[in-house]
Amino acid sequence: MSIAYTDKNYIYAVSRIRFAELRLLKADTFERLSAASDMKECMSVLSEKGYDTASGDIDMVLTEERHRLWSLIGELVPDMSVFDVFRIQNDYDNLKAAIKESVLDHEMKDIYTREAGLDPMLVRRAVRERNYRLLPDDMAREAEICHDIFLRTGDGQLCDVILDRAALKAMQKAAASTKEQVLGDYAELRAASADIKIAIRAADTGKDRDFISRALADCSLIDTDSLEKAALSGRDAIYAYLANTDLSDAVPELKSSPAAFERWCDDMIIRKVRSQLWNSFGLGPVAAYIIAKETEIKSVRILLTAKQNGFPMEMIRERMRETYV
Amino acid sequence: MENMGLLFALCGAALSAALAGIGSAVGVGIAGRAASGVVTEDPNQFSKVLVLQLLPGTQGIYGLLIAFITLTQIGIMGEPTDVSLQEGLLYFVSCLPMAFGGLFSAIAQGKCSVSAIGLVAKRPDQFGKAMIFPAMVETYAILSLLISILSIFGVAGLGL
Repeated sequence: MSIAYTDKNYIYAVSRIRFAELRLLKADTFERLSAASDMKECMSVLSEKGYDTASGDIDMVLTEERHRLWSLIGELVPDMSVFDVFRIQNDYDNLKAAIKESVLDHEMKDIYTREAGLDPMLVRRAVRERNYRLLPDDMAREAEICHDIFLRTGDGQLCDVILDRAALKAMQKAAASTKEQVLGDYAELRAASADIKIAIRAADTGKDRDFISRALADCSLIDTDSLEKAALSGRDAIYAYLANTDLSDAVPELKSSPAAFERWCDDMIIRKVRSQLWNSFGLGPVAAYIIAKETEIKSVRILLTAKQNGFPMEMIRERMRETYV
Repeated sequence: MENMGLLFALCGAALSAALAGIGSAVGVGIAGRAASGVVTEDPNQFSKVLVLQLLPGTQGIYGLLIAFITLTQIGIMGEPTDVSLQEGLLYFVSCLPMAFGGLFSAIAQGKCSVSAIGLVAKRPDQFGKAMIFPAMVETYAILSLLISILSIFGVAGLGL
């Protein structure tokens, strides 16, 4: 009967999110964007829907929209660490960049992403000075291992694989610490989709067992041992394994194209979190809104970039994500 | 020992006012947070969300009413009367439906109001329907009030 303290903390936030949901783009807006004759018309549609299109540049418009999303969330949620799950990947991407910049000894300050939990310059400093204590414990351990591997072998791909897996594990850990179902589901689906992509790539390029086992992250939706064995046997074995899991719907998409599988993953997450539209308590609706807005920004980017480059409508439609509202 | 009857009756009155009041405070509090969120985005919705916020407040008033009636019956307010132990216990039990019914229904109504406020945020034109959902919870607070009132007057009529 009682309301958990954490739930009470987000009642105001959820109420504001209900308004923000009204501004999310619906399927009909994407249809209008698809049918628009030129970029000017696309910008006019986005402007109608509340995007700041003053710059007229796709990248700047979408960066500004993402900035507005995180400003709103920062206003609503006193402790942003609950959303580390969305920012950890960027932290690890910055770590990869810092290691490469350090080993190659070539200054590349603009390769870092600012939308991260940790200050990118702090990550850069930690790697340059090999002072890993500046980083969170888990990240420090992985950073040290990868830095050494890269220095010894120069194998950037192996470093990426190790850090990608570490990022997924950190995401799962961050999601579990919030005890929020939406974040837990999100982290598990992200880990599962990453594992599937790794397995397919490994099967196509004939990677060995050691590489695959280093790359696959444990997750509740997939048995990594079985997936590893399947990846060593080839694509058909992966399809056969996945057909007997909860992710069997992914098989036709994987057979179709990598883009179709990417879309399927995003759609699956959106379908999982859609029930939060009717939930009035807890962190779930806020987390679901972040996922929805990030997916919307991704869809707008795909659509406008494809239009700008004159790709056919069929190809654009194939890549459009399901909308949250 | 001779005032035990009075003590029990007074405890009943205090529980009725306190528990129903706590329930209303929680209910109105959480609905207020949701209402603030809506008004931050659209100040024009103030009157609508205010009504929804106030709905869980009635249990506190009902609890207070039961406390007043009990205090009047046992002579704390009005003419002093003797209250036997048996009578005091009966008054105590009579207050319980309002105390617990008020506490739980107010919290449930507060949660329902939060959802209704979310509905108004998205569809202000559906305010009438949004109000019905939390108002349904009121039925059970009214039933508790009714039973407590009937019991208190019934105890007085027994002439113990």
